[in-house]
Amino acid sequence: MARAITPRRKALTTAAAWTVALLIFFPIFWTILTSFKTEAQAINDPPLFWNFDWTLENYGVVQERSDYMRFLWNSVIIAGGSTLLGILIAVPAAWSMAFVPSRRTKDILLWMLSTKMLPAVGVLYPISLLFVQFNLLDTRAGLVVVLMLINLPIIVWMLYTYFKEIPGEILEAARMDGATLKEEILYVLTPMAVPGIASTVLLNFILAWNEAFWTLNLTAANAAPLTAFIASYSSPEGLFFAKLSAASTMAIAPILILGWFSQKQLVRGLTFGAVK
Amino acid sequence: MATKASRSAARIMMAPAVVLLLGWMLVPLIMTLYFSFTKYLPLRGDSLERGLDWVGFSNYARFISSSSFWPSVQTTLVMVGGVLLITVVLGILLALLLDQPIWGQGVVRILVIAPFFVMPTVSALVWKNMMMDPVNGILAHLWRFFGAEPISWLSDVPLGSVVLIVSWQWLPFATLILLTAIQSLDSEQLEAAEMDGAPSLKRFWHIILPHLSRAITIVILIQTIFLLSIFAEIFVTTGGAFGTRTLTYLIFQRVIDSQNIGLGSAGGVYAIILANIVAIFLMRIVGKNLDA
Repeated sequence: MARAITPRRKALTTAAAWTVALLIFFPIFWTILTSFKTEAQAINDPPLFWNFDWTLENYGVVQERSDYMRFLWNSVIIAGGSTLLGILIAVPAAWSMAFVPSRRTKDILLWMLSTKMLPAVGVLYPISLLFVQFNLLDTRAGLVVVLMLINLPIIVWMLYTYFKEIPGEILEAARMDGATLKEEILYVLTPMAVPGIASTVLLNFILAWNEAFWTLNLTAANAAPLTAFIASYSSPEGLFFAKLSAASTMAIAPILILGWFSQKQLVRGLTFGAVK
Repeated sequence: MATKASRSAARIMMAPAVVLLLGWMLVPLIMTLYFSFTKYLPLRGDSLERGLDWVGFSNYARFISSSSFWPSVQTTLVMVGGVLLITVVLGILLALLLDQPIWGQGVVRILVIAPFFVMPTVSALVWKNMMMDPVNGILAHLWRFFGAEPISWLSDVPLGSVVLIVSWQWLPFATLILLTAIQSLDSEQLEAAEMDGAPSLKRFWHIILPHLSRAITIVILIQTIFLLSIFAEIFVTTGGAFGTRTLTYLIFQRVIDSQNIGLGSAGGVYAIILANIVAIFLMRIVGKNLDA
């Protein structure tokens, strides 16, 4: 039996929930709004909520002055590259752990997770030293490799929990019907695994896009992605609220949209399957 | 059933991931360990090619006895503890609220979850300027509106400000996980308690909270691991000044700013040990879940 809810109560909880949600969202809303103002309007007293002249000028200025597209492109390459590379390496591993488990599978999974716990700052110097040695400093290739490695445990774990849910009976049935191993993988397993792989790609792309330790410490002018580009705004030069807002909006918009699609996977991915 | 052939195939399929992670873990770790026992000041001409002087445990002793060590530990504890307290308490309340039937639930969820997807450098800068700027920030406007003197957030209450920013980023994570856990609660049990006339506070204490305990533990452990290595938020807002220098930031400064690799590496080893203590508890829970 469903609990009876009075409309009054529903109205009250709705009002409360919307108030809290709008408060939490406010800084983002305000940033997006400010990005359409002129610099003078951005610091107007009192703050302007609607009665200002909407302008796209800031977006143009940010692109012109700092070549925004280059940073965006770096972010896309680094986040996309590290995710793809990670998937290529993790799919076979997660696959074999889910379908041919051995006594050590659990230990291997937990050990992989433990590498994720290594505080980055503890190995900052060795990694920069290796980067210098192999000429990787301030290159996209270097960051692709590092971000792939820090996210690899999460990718393996997520894929493992998804693959685990594919029932083994289906594979046996396919085998009984005379499917070869190749057919089994191509026609039976792959279609069932695609949603899990897609969710994993999505979450890891977001994590790599937002990573802000290695991207700040291992890049300078050439390979800097959006995280580093935004950080360069921390040294203020005159009036810059509207431009900062435009740059921020462009940096977070793609990921906000992707993120809203990945709420469910977020829980599973970041709790390593402990909460579903 | 798994045959011998499929077992060896499985091993080959696992090999790349295992080997890469093993290398990623061991190589830098061994280097950090080695540096931590040497005098290594690249600016004064020390280099790997010329060989480093072995100094035993003196870096470890110096790191702990330096005047900035204990304050940084304290800052770390306040920051991690403060963020955990805020995100868990508010997260529970918010999850309970979002679990209720409301109009526009989907949109509300989207708004609440949004801060988690904002990259750390953006959220730090947006808060620092748009929200907390003592002249033009929204909070300053709000304070003036109520006739109060605006606060200069990042210099008057620097640690509190950083805690606020980081809590804003992590509240969605806590809320989302706790909400998922609440929704898995058996609603019949709750209805039975309701029909028996148990008041809602009692239902919360005796049914909901015990049910959430596992999810709360997981939120605390995972957040702790991420919060211990908070970096960009401090880097962008205060640069470690005004008592916001955490252990992570102190090590960063030793290694990058003062280029004292030996000392910084000893600090790094301390940070690794600290993170591992937390990690052991997390792994236990996750491991138990694997058996189930």
